[in-house]
This record gives sequence, structure tokens and C-alpha cells, in this order.
Amino acid sequence: MATSHAQRLGRWALAPSLVALSGLAFVPLAIAIYFAFLRYNLQSDNTGWYGLNNFYYFIHDPYFIKDFFNTIVLVLSVLVITVVGGTALAVLLDQPFWGRGIVRVLMISPFFIMPTVSSLVWKNLLMHPVFGLFAAIQKFFGASVALDWFGTVPLLSVIIVVSWQWLPYAALILLTALQSLDEEQKNASMMDGAGPIAYFRYIVLPHLSRPITVVILIETIFLLNVFAEIKVTSVGGFAGNLTYLVFSQLNDATDIGGAAAGGLIAVVLANIVSIFLVRIVGKNLEN
Amino acid sequence: MAIAPSRRRKLVVTLLAWTIGILMFFPIFWTAVAAFKTESDAYSLPQNWLTTPWTLENFSIVQERSNYLLYIRNTVVIAFVSTLLGLAFAIPAAWSMAFAPVATSTIKWSGWRWLATVLGTAFVVGLVLYALGWDLTNRSAIGFLALAIVLIPALLWVFSRNTSDALLWMLSTKMMPPAGALIPIYLIFNRNGLVFKDWGWIDLSEYNIMDSFWGMVPLMMLLNLPIIIWMLYTYFKEIPAEILEASRMDGAPLWSELTKILMPMAVPGIVSTCLLNLILAWNEAFWSLNLTNKYAAPLSFFISEYSSPEGQFWAKLSAASIMAIAPILVVGWFSQRQLVRGLTFGAVK
Amino acid sequence: MGTIKLSKVRKAFGDAVIIPGADLEIREGEFIVFVGPSGCGKSTLLRLIAGLEDVTSGSIEIDGRSVTDSAPAERGLAMVFQSYALYPHMSVRDNIAFPLKMAKLPQAEIDAKVGKAAATLNLTEYLDRKPRQLSGGQRQRVAIGRAIVREPKAFLFDEPLSNLDAALRVNMRVEIMQMHQNMKATMVYVTHDQVEAMTMADRIVVLNRGNIEQVGSPLELYNKPNSLFVAGFIGSPKMNFTENNTIGVRPEHIILSDKHGDWEGTVKLSEHLGSDTFLHVDGGKCGHFVVRASGESHFGPGAKVWMTPMPDRIHHFDRDGRAIRK
Repeated sequence: MATSHAQRLGRWALAPSLVALSGLAFVPLAIAIYFAFLRYNLQSDNTGWYGLNNFYYFIHDPYFIKDFFNTIVLVLSVLVITVVGGTALAVLLDQPFWGRGIVRVLMISPFFIMPTVSSLVWKNLLMHPVFGLFAAIQKFFGASVALDWFGTVPLLSVIIVVSWQWLPYAALILLTALQSLDEEQKNASMMDGAGPIAYFRYIVLPHLSRPITVVILIETIFLLNVFAEIKVTSVGGFAGNLTYLVFSQLNDATDIGGAAAGGLIAVVLANIVSIFLVRIVGKNLEN
Repeated sequence: MAIAPSRRRKLVVTLLAWTIGILMFFPIFWTAVAAFKTESDAYSLPQNWLTTPWTLENFSIVQERSNYLLYIRNTVVIAFVSTLLGLAFAIPAAWSMAFAPVATSTIKWSGWRWLATVLGTAFVVGLVLYALGWDLTNRSAIGFLALAIVLIPALLWVFSRNTSDALLWMLSTKMMPPAGALIPIYLIFNRNGLVFKDWGWIDLSEYNIMDSFWGMVPLMMLLNLPIIIWMLYTYFKEIPAEILEASRMDGAPLWSELTKILMPMAVPGIVSTCLLNLILAWNEAFWSLNLTNKYAAPLSFFISEYSSPEGQFWAKLSAASIMAIAPILVVGWFSQRQLVRGLTFGAVK
Repeated sequence: MGTIKLSKVRKAFGDAVIIPGADLEIREGEFIVFVGPSGCGKSTLLRLIAGLEDVTSGSIEIDGRSVTDSAPAERGLAMVFQSYALYPHMSVRDNIAFPLKMAKLPQAEIDAKVGKAAATLNLTEYLDRKPRQLSGGQRQRVAIGRAIVREPKAFLFDEPLSNLDAALRVNMRVEIMQMHQNMKATMVYVTHDQVEAMTMADRIVVLNRGNIEQVGSPLELYNKPNSLFVAGFIGSPKMNFTENNTIGVRPEHIILSDKHGDWEGTVKLSEHLGSDTFLHVDGGKCGHFVVRASGESHFGPGAKVWMTPMPDRIHHFDRDGRAIRK
């Protein structure tokens, strides 16, 4: 415990950060609320009180349901892929083998690639239906026409790209957590007659439950807001998520009021998801 | 079999792990290959990647045609300056939370107190505006009032929290979807939007912070500030409080305590935090794509221009990509272990 | 110079009251020891004096001046921490020089004082090493050097020897006592080891759950303990209590005989230390006794003995644990 003198100093030391973050947290919120109730389009001069119409039109936008659905599918799929895959990778990399350091470096690299690069590389060099590598592989196996990934299965393609980026994250976190597992526990369980599967199920998995919780929470925060992968590959019309929808209100429709309302809806939905998540998994978190 | 079972197992694991590692890394490798091919060769890659000649031309073409160095400069400026700025805010903040924590909230909020505060703020601000001669039915007056009603009670709430609540609240600001803030920030940054317009008593309409460092740097700093504070907080908590107490007994004022004792001891933690923040700022895409265009456009924006280009562009895209990702890849490789703490808000170390 | 006065000092952390109310006057130049079991509040009391914790109520005066609201640096005290709290990134020289630098003394003066302190503590050849290159005892001395160099009104020691091994502990104990003799400064010393307290102190403050049970010289506490707690805490091995905790007598004050005595018992265990033998005797209804026999005793396990307390060495206690003096 600190003295009151130190605490007073502490308040002053903390104040700038609190003010700055409050500014970021509350000012845009207030502004968004304000504009959400206005009819305000950058291309027209007709502005005025609009009531709840912005919200209404946003929810009834032809893309809304689809984008809402896409958001959920995207988040859930990537979560499943990264958590399951990440656990498997972590277990694998925890084993002794030759060249472990190098493999680890290879495996975590995708996470550090900026999303615009990864999206365009996957779309063009790999998934392009004519010149891409996947096309070449398909033709090698006898297909006459290769799959146009981003053209025909845009959501799946986006899921693949995002998973590729986030799988290393999960693997890295879970591997770090695994390495804090006491070797003694493994020895004790072997003495107790547990095989590798039982060891995994009864010792490893419970130990990982907390880090997995954290991974799910953090990934959800970021996955709800996937943007670059969708915009840069131009699949917003088919595989857009809510974030993209808000963006398109601003970008395509130049509708400030609509975008503000949409943004608020996105905020509300994200908060519901977060509260839900934190409540379910909150007891596993530190704090 | 002549190989012992554990050795056989190690062989299997090695093969499996290397396969997966290579697969995961493969797209990056492939990009690097394409970067060193001519443009037309890049399109025939899958078949001919070993037979076609290697060339460095793409790297110079990218620089000549689009002044690549400018984008690198922008990215570097935004990433480094926002990191330094963030440290300036975060080190005192993390110090206060780690070493001078407040156990109980100073104001216990109840429904009535909220109501009173909101109404009180509305009243006082309204009075001030009226005294200043503002037309209270004017939209900007209403806007101002609304802003004050939201901000002031919120600030009061934030400042009255105890330390662990404040930490959690900071975490929650990171959870805010950027989509929600897109419009407000767009309007604030823009010329003739919310802030940079003719106010009458001062004319700011000539200015804006769209597509400028004045906008991007503070924004990036604020977005990552919770992570920086959290990461530093967990590192600081590992420093024995007794050493700081000893410095207090030795007569060190707060400034000396921070700079001469805490920071030298926390160097590894501070470095890890800086690296993480560099990575996050460098790779940031949402705001870079929406708020920049030319002058402050970082690499992520530049690469995004290749989404609808003219003519053949794969080799150039690859070259540009390799140059854009290489620094961060290297940083990530070397600091992977330390980053885990920041990437999980301190929950996993 | 170096008097400390605590008046009705109370410390609570939220609802937990650590120190209900302490009154104490520390005299100039005395070596006073706070002793008590873990959690009794002795370290808290020390930290209150140092200014590292705020008092919840009450006042603290140093040399007649109230310091209750003063920051640690303003109180003119120096503290040696249990873990030494050396600055790991600074050399020994810089560690010792740090408080002088904070006081903004001229460099020449700083160098002189550091040199002198290092010489006194035999640290001169280690001046340029970092703490991690030093042994426990050396680190201890650096911590002491850092305190000496400030020429404080009083020294505060928070269990400084508990991290050292037994042999080193004995040596450092002597060194600290010599330091006290040479400097004649007030020293407030916290320990849980009553042997340290007995050997080093001018006066001892016995604490029990935040309350000051008794203050007095070692011999006073040994001969005239005010309560069951103090009687049982001071003296090793512990005082024997019998007849429902109303009678107490120390192991060294029991006369053994194989013919007659007040209490009868059977020897269960004998501990031979060479200079003494301690017999653990089962006294049946009277309870369990530890008796000191000098030299090698001929009583072994299983032997029947008779114990008689020396008449002027019997302590009487009432039902509340308070000593009754006749």
C-alpha cells in the first residue's frame, strides 16, 4: 500500500492517460449519437432531425442481414480454426525435434504480415483462378477450370486469409502457456499410468483453459473488426461484415447520418458480444 | 525397426512440424520469389519459378513509379512517434497503477447521483454558453451541450475509479469497434467538418488533420495506449516495491524515482512494449485506409492501391510487399516471446 | 538528536486494524528492538516511522517535530530493508552515493563520504561491482553503507539478517552492534528472532497482534514479564507453564533430583548440546516440562525425576494472562 502522498502523485501521473483515453472513448461516441439522429448526406444540403430513421434504414439495408450473418460466421469460423489448430500446433511444437527454433519462426510469421499484404498475396498469387498457384495445382490434378476463390466463395476465402494470419497468434500464446506446464506433472501422470491422450485430456487441456479463454477474447475483439481483408479484395458486396457496411455507408453512399447510426449499432452489438463473452469466460481471466 | 521408438517418434514429429511450418510460411516465400521475377514471368510462376531469370528490377520500379521511400518514411514516422508519445503517457500511468494504487473508488455512483450530475452539467454548461452569447437553439450549441453532458459525467466517473477498475476500463476502450468511431473521427479530422471550420471567433477552415501526421500519430497512440499501459503495468509489478521505497527514503523525488531507478530496471519490459507497439502501428489498416491518402499514407495504404491496378502488377506488388513486411517480420522473430505478454493483456506471460 | 515519539498511532487497512493504538518513546542513541511473531505488526510500525505508510490516526514526532504528514525523505531517517533493496543497475559506489546525489551535494564531497563509508564497511575493493556480483553479506553491508552515508537522525532496520545463513548472521549481529557503539546513533531494529533481540537491544518492544505488550530492557523482560505472552516469547527454550497457565518457570530455573521434589515426571527425550542438556519431561497431570541440566546429565530417557522450581524464580499469572507480582 502506498502513502497518500504517493497516491496523490499517482493521480496526477495517471490523469493525462485517463483524459486522453476518455476523449477517445466518449467524444466519438457522443458525436456518433448526435449525427445518428440527423439526416446528413455529404452530397445533399438537406439536413435536419431524422429521428430513428437512420437506424431503421441501416437495419433494413438489403445488406444488413447478410453482413450481420457474415460477421458471425467469420468470427466463429476463425475462432474455431485458430483455437483448435493453435492447440494442435502448440502441442506439436512443444515436442522435441530437430530445428525447433526455425520451425517456430516459420510458423509465427503470418501474424506479423500486414493485412493488406496478406489479402492481396492470397487473392492474386495464390488464389487467382488463372495464374495463381492453387489454379496450377488444380490443373495439375486434371481440372479444366480452377476455382475462383474470391469470386465464387468470397467469405470462405476471407476466412482462410484471416485464419492464416491468426493461427500463429493462437499457437504462440498457447505454446508459451504450455511451456509453463511443469514437466514434473507429466512424469507424475506417467507414474499414474496415463497415456499421452489421457495426459492431454486431463492435464494439458485444463492447464490451457485459461490461455484459450484469453485467446478467444482477444481474437474476438479483433475479428469483429476485420476490414482490410474485405475492402482490399473488393468482396465487400458479398462477404462484407458489419464494419464494412458502416464503411460503405460513408464511402459509397456518403451518408453521414446512416454511417453514424450503423456505427452505433455495431458498437452495441460488439458490446453485447463482449459482455456475453466476458461473463462466460470472465472467471478464467486474471484480475 | 532399428531406430529406437523415441527417436522414431522424434523423426515423425520433425517431419510433421517442418511440413506445417513450411506450409504456413509458404505464401511469404512465394511472394519473395515473385518479387525477383519480371512482371510477365510472375504470371507464369507456378510452372516456371525455377527456370525464369531472377531480377531486381521490381524494387527500383516500385520506387521510381510511386516513390516507395515516402511511404516507408510515413510508416516509420507514425509508428515510432506514436510509440514514443505513448511511452510518455504510459510510463507515469503504469507507475501510478503499479506502485501507488488506489484501493477504493472515491465516488460511489447511484442512479440519483448520475441524474444529478447530468442535469447539473447541462444546467451549468447551458448557463455558460448563454453568458457567452451563444444562440441556444443553434445546432452547434445543442451539439456542444450534448458533448458536455456525455463527457463531464464520464470523466468524473473515470477519475473516481479505483486502480483495478481503471485498468479494466482502459481494456474496454480497446474493445470499442472502430466502425463506431469512423464517422466521428472522420468528421473531426476533416476540413469543414466538426472542428476545422469557421467558428466565427476563429477561422480554422483552412486546416484539417486528414491525411496528416498531426492526425494519425495521436490517433495511433490513443488506440494502442491501453496495451502499452497494461504491458508496462505487468512489467512494473515484477519490480520489487522495496527498491522504489529505498529510493524514496534516499530522498529521490518522483521524477528521479521514475527516470533513475524504475526505468533502468524496466528496460527489457519497455523495449518489449515498444516493439509490440511498433508492430501494431506498422500493420494497422483500418484507420490508415480511411484517413490517409497521400501525404501521411503509410505502407498499408500504399499496398492497398494494388487492389485495383492497371495492367500487370504481381511482381511489383510482391516487391513492395516484401519491402513492407521485412522489418516487422524480423522484429517479430526476435521478440516473439516477449510479445506474448502484451498480446494477451498480461494474462499469459 | 534521534528521539522518536509515537502517540496513539493507529493503522488500519480498510477494515483490518493492524495496529490499534501504539504509544512509544524512543530515546536518543538507544538500540531499540521491535520483536514479535509473524503478523504482529512490527514491520508495519517501522514503516509508519519511516513514512512509507500513512498513519490512520495518531502522531509521530522526531526530535520534537511532528513528521506525521511528512514524506520519507523529509524525516531524516535511513532504512535497511530485509531484501537490501539495492539498485541492481548501479555499482556499489553509485548505490551508496545515490542519497547524496539526491541531496545535491557537490561531487567531491560525495566521493569523500562514499570512500569513508566503504572503508568502514570493508567494501573498498567492491566499489565498482554490481550487486548481483556480491555475496549476501556484502550486499547487506552496501545497504548499510547507503544508510550510514546519509548521517540520519536514526537508523531503521527491517529484519536485515533473516536472509543470511546462521554463521553469517552471528557475525553481522556483532558488526551491527559495534556500529552502534561507534556511531552512538538511535537504531530501531525489527526482528522475529528473540535471540537477536535479547543480545542486541538496549530496550525491547514486544508486539502481539499490533499491541505493544511490554517495553523494557532484555533483563527486565526476562525477569519480570508482564504477561503470559511476553513470558513465553522471551527466553529459549520457552518458559514452562503449568497449573492451567497460572504458574510459569523457566527451564534453567528447575532443580532436578532423583529423590524428591515438587513435581514428578518421566524423561521422554534428552537433547545434548555439549554445554547443556535439555530434558523433555512428561509430568503427567502437571504437564510437559523442558528442564535444563548443565553439562552432561545422567538422566536419560525413561528415568524418573523430581523437579523443584527455584522459589524466587516462579512467575504467577492470573486468568487473563497478566503477571501477578507479589
